[in-house]
Amino acid sequence: MLKITDLHASAGDKEILKGISLTINAGEVHAIMGPNGSGKSTLAQIIAGHPGYEVTSGSIEYDGQDLLEMEAEERAQAGVFLAFQYPVEIPGVTNAYFLRAAYNELRKAKGEDEVDPIEFLDIMEEKLKVVEMDATMMQRSVNAGFSGGEKKRNEILQMAVLEPKLAVLDETDSGLDIDALRIVAEGVNKLKKPTNATIVVTHYQRLLNYIVPDFVHVLAGGRIIKSGGKELAHELEAKGYDWLLEPAGV
Amino acid sequence: MTAPYADQFAAFAANGGGEGPSWLPALRQQAFERFAALGFPTTRDEDWHFTSVTPIAERTFKVVKPAPTALTLSDLEPWLVDESWHRLVFVNGRFEPVLSNFAGLPADVQVSTLSEALREEPAWVQQHLGALAGFDRAAFTAMNTAFMQDGVVVRVPKGEVVEAPLHILHVADAQVNGAAIHPRLLVVAEPLAQVQLVESYVGLGSATYLVNAVAEVSVGNGARVDHYKLQREGSDAFHVGTAQVTQGRDSIYHSFSFASGAALSRTNIYTKLAATGSEARLNGLYVLDGAQHADHQTFVEHLAEACASRELYKGILDGESHGVFNGKVYVDPIAQKTDGKQTNKALLLSEKARVDTKPQLEIFADDVKCTHGATIGRLEELPLFYLKSRGIGADNARALLTYAFAAEVLETIEIDALRVALEKAVFERFTHLRME
Repeated sequence: MLKITDLHASAGDKEILKGISLTINAGEVHAIMGPNGSGKSTLAQIIAGHPGYEVTSGSIEYDGQDLLEMEAEERAQAGVFLAFQYPVEIPGVTNAYFLRAAYNELRKAKGEDEVDPIEFLDIMEEKLKVVEMDATMMQRSVNAGFSGGEKKRNEILQMAVLEPKLAVLDETDSGLDIDALRIVAEGVNKLKKPTNATIVVTHYQRLLNYIVPDFVHVLAGGRIIKSGGKELAHELEAKGYDWLLEPAGV
Repeated sequence: MTAPYADQFAAFAANGGGEGPSWLPALRQQAFERFAALGFPTTRDEDWHFTSVTPIAERTFKVVKPAPTALTLSDLEPWLVDESWHRLVFVNGRFEPVLSNFAGLPADVQVSTLSEALREEPAWVQQHLGALAGFDRAAFTAMNTAFMQDGVVVRVPKGEVVEAPLHILHVADAQVNGAAIHPRLLVVAEPLAQVQLVESYVGLGSATYLVNAVAEVSVGNGARVDHYKLQREGSDAFHVGTAQVTQGRDSIYHSFSFASGAALSRTNIYTKLAATGSEARLNGLYVLDGAQHADHQTFVEHLAEACASRELYKGILDGESHGVFNGKVYVDPIAQKTDGKQTNKALLLSEKARVDTKPQLEIFADDVKCTHGATIGRLEELPLFYLKSRGIGADNARALLTYAFAAEVLETIEIDALRVALEKAVFERFTHLRME
């Protein structure tokens, strides 16, 4: 589904990704872990098409297409979704309007008819249950005045509505208490299908107790310095990152 | 530049302009002399630094006696907002009884045209007309006072709360080309009275005309006046509107100015917080495109203790448009415990759009809280990316964020039907989508 080959990227003059290669197949969950400043979030944002980074070399192939040639909205329409580490507040636009606009854009891209607000209410009723959110949240402005936990739940709600093929969760666990973490993780698990794939970017192992990865990659200094199975996450939990950094020359 | 108006004034005074109680021609004469002496303001005047009225001054707009209109209520449907409101309709400056409907007002609330009030209660009108809107240093107010044709007089007696808004709708159509309209509004809310006014100006064609409106609003002790002004003049029109307000003890004056029309417009909102505990809320939104120019000037005078003023003005500018916001606040030495806050924000959608903003605070009391803030900017990258990352295309994402920028100030509109109508108008203007 996703094939990243020798990806180099920078922000301004600073090179952040220094040759990332990664292949992700349908049905898989990949965890990307690493210390702060390792480039984890940069990788997540580049996949989604963040305008703040420049890809200097390498490629990303998504479903046979050149992902880097696609606009952010085209990527979303093709099934790529990023759950933001810091979801953006948009005062003045209700969650209901925003979600329906996004939902309809994806339907249009697939050649399907748009749904009207009444039909959308029915769809939302079911999706809100996935993240245990109250319907009143729909009438509030997007993320405006939301607590940290509400914002993260709102990201997963969007994921539930948009049903991406490739979901990238960028530090979705940061700032969550244990109950919110459980709700968010269960939401992600409910949305999992054999035809879609998930990338979980996280600093800590605790989210991986709930969302169990098939593969774990350690990113440091802009490169993947180790890959393994889910047991690697436990090893990192016990030993930290340092034992990997020095041999890798980071 | 005012010279061509001398003949007009003489003719006007001889023909209809001389009507009314005996004090009125004298007031007009005095005002005209002042207008002639002042001349049109220039950019050398501090209050007009960013707005050149040359396009107005170089023309001679004629005061005419308009013919009865052929327009029907269905022609005005888009501008009525809510048909259940009390409504006075003027077309090209002429009161149109058939299009108006304010029979449902409480019996003791006096609403009439200025000309009727001058016939029925000349002494009361004399007491209030011109009492607030001085023209000593205001050429346009002097011009209005000299040439005012008709207008509306509203008197809400003590303790009366008028439930439905009172809509004063001024329509200009193609027949108004080359004309000047000088409407007048006189509002007296007696102690503890409450009334909501919607003063709207609409142009139905591309005529070139001048509307020069003056409103005088007296808000009594404990009274509340909500004053909405919608300026949607025709694209080649000129509009100058001045509201002069005085507020009694514990009163509230809430003003909202929406401006999206006219080639050149200037809106003045001046309020005097003249007694303890009074509060002014002045909000506004202007939406400009092409070569439009819109200037708002507010002036809040804190003249008593423990008064509050809140201002939020926002502008959205596209094309080569030019917006001006000048917010003046004066705090008298006696006005301790003043609480003032002024915010103005402009969003530039194009490279050539321009905004000049000038907050002016003159504070002569020491125990006060006064803040002001101004921002001028473009749409931010991160919210755009957020929307795009959800599949929303770049154009729609920009449109949605532009609407969102306006929504913050539209939310301050307390008349639901009006808020919804303006939200819809702004939303559809930018998104080209329909809002349910």
